[in-house]
Amino acid sequence: MADHSDPNAPWKTVSGIGTSAITALLFVFFLQYLPGVAAGDPVRWVIPWIPSLDVNLTFWIDGLSLMFALLITGIGAMVMLYAAKYLAGHPQYDRFALYLFSFMLSMLGLVLADNLIALFVFWELTTFTSYLLIGFSHTDPKSRRNALQALLLTAAGGLALLAGLIMLGITQGTFEMSQINAAGSLEGQRFYLLILILVLCGAFTKSAQVPFHFWLPNAMAAPTPVSAYLHSATMVKAGVYLLARMHPSLSGSDVWIWTLSIFGAVTAVFASFMALRQTDLKQTLAYTTLMALGTLVMFLAGSTGYAITAAMTFLLVHSLYKAGLFLTIGIIDHSTGTRDANLLGGLAKAMPITAVAAALAGLAMAGIPPFLGFIAKEVAYAGALEARLLVFVVPMALVAFALMFAVAGIVAYKPFFGPQGKLPHAPHEGPWPMLLGPVVLGVLGLAFGLLPGLSAYYLIEPAVAAVMGAPDSGGRVKLWAGFNMPLLLSLVTFALGFVLYLKHQSLRGLLARIEARGPNLDAGWDVFLDKFMALAKGQTKLIQTGVLRQYMFATFAVFATTVLVTLLTRNVGGISLGFAGLGFMEWGVAALIVAGTVLVLQTSSRIVALVALGVVGIGVALIFIMYSAPDVAITQLLVELLVVVLLALAFLKMPHLDPSGTQTHSFANAALAATVGVLTTIVVLLVVDQPFDRRLTEFFEATSWTEAFGRNIVNVILVDFRTLDTFGEIAVVLIAALGAFALLKGATKARAAKGDRK
Amino acid sequence: MNSIIFTAAARLLVALLFVFSLFMLLRGHHLPGGGFIGGLIGAVAFIVYSLATGPAEARLALRISPEVIAMIGLGIALLAGLFSFFMGDPFFTGQWYWVGGDSYETAAFSINTVLVFDIGVYLVVLGGILSLTYAFEEET
Repeated sequence: MADHSDPNAPWKTVSGIGTSAITALLFVFFLQYLPGVAAGDPVRWVIPWIPSLDVNLTFWIDGLSLMFALLITGIGAMVMLYAAKYLAGHPQYDRFALYLFSFMLSMLGLVLADNLIALFVFWELTTFTSYLLIGFSHTDPKSRRNALQALLLTAAGGLALLAGLIMLGITQGTFEMSQINAAGSLEGQRFYLLILILVLCGAFTKSAQVPFHFWLPNAMAAPTPVSAYLHSATMVKAGVYLLARMHPSLSGSDVWIWTLSIFGAVTAVFASFMALRQTDLKQTLAYTTLMALGTLVMFLAGSTGYAITAAMTFLLVHSLYKAGLFLTIGIIDHSTGTRDANLLGGLAKAMPITAVAAALAGLAMAGIPPFLGFIAKEVAYAGALEARLLVFVVPMALVAFALMFAVAGIVAYKPFFGPQGKLPHAPHEGPWPMLLGPVVLGVLGLAFGLLPGLSAYYLIEPAVAAVMGAPDSGGRVKLWAGFNMPLLLSLVTFALGFVLYLKHQSLRGLLARIEARGPNLDAGWDVFLDKFMALAKGQTKLIQTGVLRQYMFATFAVFATTVLVTLLTRNVGGISLGFAGLGFMEWGVAALIVAGTVLVLQTSSRIVALVALGVVGIGVALIFIMYSAPDVAITQLLVELLVVVLLALAFLKMPHLDPSGTQTHSFANAALAATVGVLTTIVVLLVVDQPFDRRLTEFFEATSWTEAFGRNIVNVILVDFRTLDTFGEIAVVLIAALGAFALLKGATKARAAKGDRK
Repeated sequence: MNSIIFTAAARLLVALLFVFSLFMLLRGHHLPGGGFIGGLIGAVAFIVYSLATGPAEARLALRISPEVIAMIGLGIALLAGLFSFFMGDPFFTGQWYWVGGDSYETAAFSINTVLVFDIGVYLVVLGGILSLTYAFEEET
């Protein structure tokens, strides 16, 4: 796949180096919080946003958010540098850099936000920016389709999440997550179950748990750096982050434990078999990401120290090795032109540094001591042995970890030391900007494992404390925990994993046959979308007839019905008609309006009808003048005038109203018109009958001069007291004018084009 | 429209109407008028001109295309609002500066964002209606 361009193109562009540098600076910025947060001292920033709705940009740096922030900025900086070289010379590289940087910022906002609404906004921003990234190769229909699939699925989950977050905020009386967590578990409260289900819908779609998993492997349509970033520390971890963030308030119930254990375990095992089945290395890694997400969800089901420590350690190690492996596969693809596991082999000679980086990442993935991956696995087994669903969780974890061992061999060992197939290009070592990331990440995976005390104190234990909602006792993260059950399970894992690796070629065929038998959710998605589109088209055809008269009829019919129902069901009292005090002028104007109306109904010429309607409008303007509303009257007069001019211009182009000269009247139209007229009159009379509330009038009379220095109250309201409304109105005027302008010009152009063809 | 009387009268009328529209715009804060009414009258002026001479000629007289005028108007209105924002007041709070005095009573005149906003309204209404009318007239 050629998602990269000319390798000799200049890559030190402002958009590439700049975004990477800013991200690296952010990483350094977050580093300074490490000691404070590790000492149990979270940081909080509040920026008022919509204070009246209790929506603030509250940022909260505790162990969990800091670990995520460091992963996002650290891996982000390396991925951006990598992408600058990987996509060098791509005509749309600048756009890509913008998308990637925006995505990084959204993700950062998501993990730092404490306010639920702010969190949701950032959540949706990551959905949106990842859509742009996945669909970056927008000329490829498959890429567009996969991007749309990811967008629709995660955005649908996002809507459920929004409902859940709002309910959570309202029932708890605050939208600050730290306060909700501080209040402890919500279990047993009203709406707990509903909130939980809604939040899980959001988290499971975002973190691609079975049965919502199919968008994630498809998202591999993105360029490799994007996959490295989205699938290691970010996007797909957002759901896991959410579960961890809400752990103190939502966890502990049977529903939580069962749902997370089962969904997580099924996803993990399903995905690790699928990973073994793939031949495209990128697809293999995509499925191992699914496997990792499932494992994380499975361990977040528990509430014990070991379970949470397992989740956090595994999260850290997975981010490091997964980003590293994706990046090395990008280098392999870049260098050899293929990602086919069957072809690749023996690259270690030509690409020694890549081989070392891949080996470091692979060893961490396989969980070999002394890598952090080994510790993660040990803690995970310890956590699994403590789990309430022990008989279920332990075998599932064992199978998943063994398969992961085998997959690590496939992606990190075989391409470099296995037998070589026929490669499209002769392999060569990658350039340094692309090697930097994998090497640094690989070394970190080793260093964290060699210094378990430090990584536990600064990164893992603060995160565990944040997820548990209580200070953590610590001391679980160590290289050597003695001869115990987890160690035994580790040895079994290695043995089983090794056998699986040796047999993976034959297993692949078997798995492919099983997969062909099973339900294909991805194809089902297309069918669902097609049906949905057909439904939308059908109902649009039904409602949108395209005949203006029918729209008018429907609008007025709805209006008449609602007013009629309201009048009939509510006790509105009587109407008093007072004709006293009406002089010659008033009667005269009324007669003018009636005469105009009658003429409209009688005439068979559009222009006459239009002018007659103008008479009605001018009559109304006269009434405004009589009741001393000069501004309204002037506006009414001018608008009447302009409407006549505009419509006359339009009517010049339209056919005669009634070419035969005979009048046809639709009874239904007449009845509707009469009903609307009568109802409107009744409503106006009822309104006039109410005692007039002068509070607003008095306020404006009192303040118009003293506060706004204007004596024309109407104008002062328009340009000072309610400026925002006026601004909205003129924006509407502009949009309507531009829209009509575009329609008219478009029609002219279309007709001209037609004429040309003749 | 081929009426010599109308064409001849239109030239006079347009100037008068246009000056009148500016007059209505400026007096609006104290007396009937304002940006909306002024903009409508200004639109009438140029519509009369276009009916007399045709839309092509009228567009030339306007110099800037009406869509652009409307967009500039919206921009001016927004700037009037943003200005108060930069001065530390809530969005769209009127800002007043007195020239030759320190209050409304003593000052010779004032410079204020309220009038700037009203000018924005004037331009949007003028441009919006003219872009519609001209498009209708040019439609063949």
